[in-house]
Amino acid sequence: MKILMLGWEFPPFISGGLGTACYGLTRALSQENVEVVFVLPRPVPAHYSSHVRMANSIDNIEKWTAEQFFSEKELKDIKDFERVSFRTINSAIQPYQDPSTYKQAVAHNGQQESLRLLKETLVEHTKSFTIEENKSAGGHYEGDLYNEVQRYARLASLIAMREDFDVVHAHDWMTYPAGLAVAAISGKPLVVHIHSTEFDRSGENVNQVIYDIERQGLHCADAIMAVSQFTKNIVVNRYGIADEKVSVVYNAIEKSGKTAFTDVDAPIKSDEKVVLFLGRITMQKGPDYFIAAAKKVLEHVENVKFVMAGSGDMARRMIEMAAEYGIGHKVLFTGFLRGADVDRAFRLADLFVMPSVSEPFGLVPLEALRNDIPVIISKQSGVAEVLNHVLKVDFWDVDEMANKIIAVLRHPPLQATLREYGNYEVRKLSWQQAAQKCVEVYNKVLTAGVKV
Amino acid sequence: MASVCFYFQVHQPWRLRRYSVFDTGHNYFDDHKNGEICRKVANKCYLPANRLMLDLIRRHEGRFRISYSITGTALDQFEKYTPEVISSFQALASTGCVEFLDETYYHSLAFLYSREEFSAQVDLHRKKMQDLFGVTPTVFRNTELIYNDDLAYVINEKGYKGIVCEGADHIMGYRSPNYVYHPPMNPGIKLLTKNYRLSDDIAFRFSNQGWSEWPLTAEKFANWVHHVNGNGYTVNLFMDYETIGEHQWADTGIFDFLSHMPGKVMEHTDNNFKTPSEVIAAYPSVGDIHVPYMISWADMERDLSAWLGNAMQSNALHEIYKFESMVKKTEDPEIISDWRKLQTSDHFYYMCTKWFSDGDVHKYFNPYDSPYDSYINYMNVMDNLRTRCRAAIGQTVDKLEMV
Repeated sequence: MKILMLGWEFPPFISGGLGTACYGLTRALSQENVEVVFVLPRPVPAHYSSHVRMANSIDNIEKWTAEQFFSEKELKDIKDFERVSFRTINSAIQPYQDPSTYKQAVAHNGQQESLRLLKETLVEHTKSFTIEENKSAGGHYEGDLYNEVQRYARLASLIAMREDFDVVHAHDWMTYPAGLAVAAISGKPLVVHIHSTEFDRSGENVNQVIYDIERQGLHCADAIMAVSQFTKNIVVNRYGIADEKVSVVYNAIEKSGKTAFTDVDAPIKSDEKVVLFLGRITMQKGPDYFIAAAKKVLEHVENVKFVMAGSGDMARRMIEMAAEYGIGHKVLFTGFLRGADVDRAFRLADLFVMPSVSEPFGLVPLEALRNDIPVIISKQSGVAEVLNHVLKVDFWDVDEMANKIIAVLRHPPLQATLREYGNYEVRKLSWQQAAQKCVEVYNKVLTAGVKV
Repeated sequence: MASVCFYFQVHQPWRLRRYSVFDTGHNYFDDHKNGEICRKVANKCYLPANRLMLDLIRRHEGRFRISYSITGTALDQFEKYTPEVISSFQALASTGCVEFLDETYYHSLAFLYSREEFSAQVDLHRKKMQDLFGVTPTVFRNTELIYNDDLAYVINEKGYKGIVCEGADHIMGYRSPNYVYHPPMNPGIKLLTKNYRLSDDIAFRFSNQGWSEWPLTAEKFANWVHHVNGNGYTVNLFMDYETIGEHQWADTGIFDFLSHMPGKVMEHTDNNFKTPSEVIAAYPSVGDIHVPYMISWADMERDLSAWLGNAMQSNALHEIYKFESMVKKTEDPEIISDWRKLQTSDHFYYMCTKWFSDGDVHKYFNPYDSPYDSYINYMNVMDNLRTRCRAAIGQTVDKLEMV
């Protein structure tokens, strides 16, 4: 079986869970004897990649074997990606930075940073799109993401014409137009994978353009994969999709290669307990509930600090909120963290809290559990469906969140039990199960025949 | 000659209300839920089952005999929410065909942590039996049939003639549970061991349509009992009373089965029904059984792991017994009563993580979403109680203590 997979990001060029999920899934599919041709935009500026030999470059499309792709990306798991190859589409979008800071960023493993900035700009942009679309003046990026989505669709169709495959598998709305185009041209069945919906990202203030793209993709697909029952419910209720068309394919986490910390990363000792928030500081992630719970906790216990790691459009507001509550000295903001800094944040933490308002899945709690950190997650998350050995609260129930935070901080036996069982439970989740579920869905659409 | 010895356990815990660290009230228990459950189980089990038992005793003219162990926490709730249950047990007591066993008033694990408290709770229970039913029990059952040689010693000292315990394979070995035994060094007290196969056929497998013996008829069961004839004295059928009508609903046919079974058993004139003290009086001990470590009737393990299997359970248990002397020093009956209600084993059972991942049967009995929620709730209540104790004896506390 051969799958043409349409993605938007892949490690290390990632800004969120989508890239991580695509990585885990394609690797597991390869091990399930499924061939994958992975198509993705390549947002690295031309001058940076000039030393790369282009294996086969036509129309801005590059063809890579996994080996070439990974040596470029300095990833080591080549043998697990035996049946995966990559097609990248050079992106016209470049980070909006001045040359000097950009150089600096590149020097410090800047790829992620630059992509992150790019992504943020894009996300920011799409959010304000409807408001700003009539203002032609300051609109450097106006329409760029949509243009990019359409350009990606055109080029993906070109790739598809030269490839032989059985099923098209498209990840999230940015690739749905491409998925629809490829399915139409090739006559192959289309599976769309939904990692997050516009309702998760924007609450009730949905961006109509994105919603329409999502809705069209979901309706035209032969089958849909949702990352949780939580997300499936949104797909069924908010997009009018038949229940039986949607399969739940839970995300997982890579088996950790790094276990022991090196000397340089000696444990960070402190008398104060640390409660960690890690993620984008946006409405979706519920940072304001975290601050409100912090205030409650600090009314009753003293030697605890709250760390907010991440960046986002609500970061400034959160700093102000902490100050208004008079707990500014107890709430620390680290800005965006990556790589080793993320690990350091986990080692610093006594407790991880994910108070998301609407979280399709939520990979960070799995990271925390793998790092032996007890976890509190909101019930409004997909990951709550697969984890038992965590504490769960409604995101709006600030009193209960504070109650649980205090309990974990005060009772070492609670920490110990959560850690012990949580770590064990997270090791039972595997991408292999997810890949097997995908294969089931592929087989279903292949036997059902192609919708005309 | 084979005797059938029925002992039914009747128990309801005082379930806690949701109690957060920010709560300061002294009402720890969920009055609404406890009343609701009491009334529900009374209507499905206690009242109809008691009617059936009374009817059987009358029908068989006193030859049908049974025993109960009813916890103090259950009796207190019956008095509060469903007094008709008390009178129906009193009606049974007055037939003279029903024996009542003693246990810890609060269905507690006190034997493991405080012998003084254990003894006090046994005495309270004995007093309750005298007050309500006018009887003084002579046979003892410990919470969840938790048992070892040491318990036998203590119970012998307290003057009981017998103890009921689990006929667990790993202590019985080649021996049959259908005989009477005694603990080592204490020949004065006798052991009745549960026949868990036949007990569980009724308690757990009765309605299981996947079971090869389903449906279980009165004839079939009477026949199994008759097979013991010549290979033992007694078939000890020990189970939760809630089996009848609550765990096995009425529509499974459990009431019909129990209504016919005694008659079928006694069709073989060699067979009869005896209460635990009658079994002890009728049959000699065939030997001693060493139980150096704790056993119970819970789960496959038949050990303490359902209440003491993880760090939270062990912590909560240690903490509650740690301030025993402070509690008693207050001499405040409300504080002492609340402290004792917190000792009921169910609170620790809710914290069990053994099968939590598989979402198994334990969920049915558990008012909490997770063992973690139950621990957090319990610790918050205990914390408040400790603060009350300190205030009562004049110690001061300010901020929450960090461990």
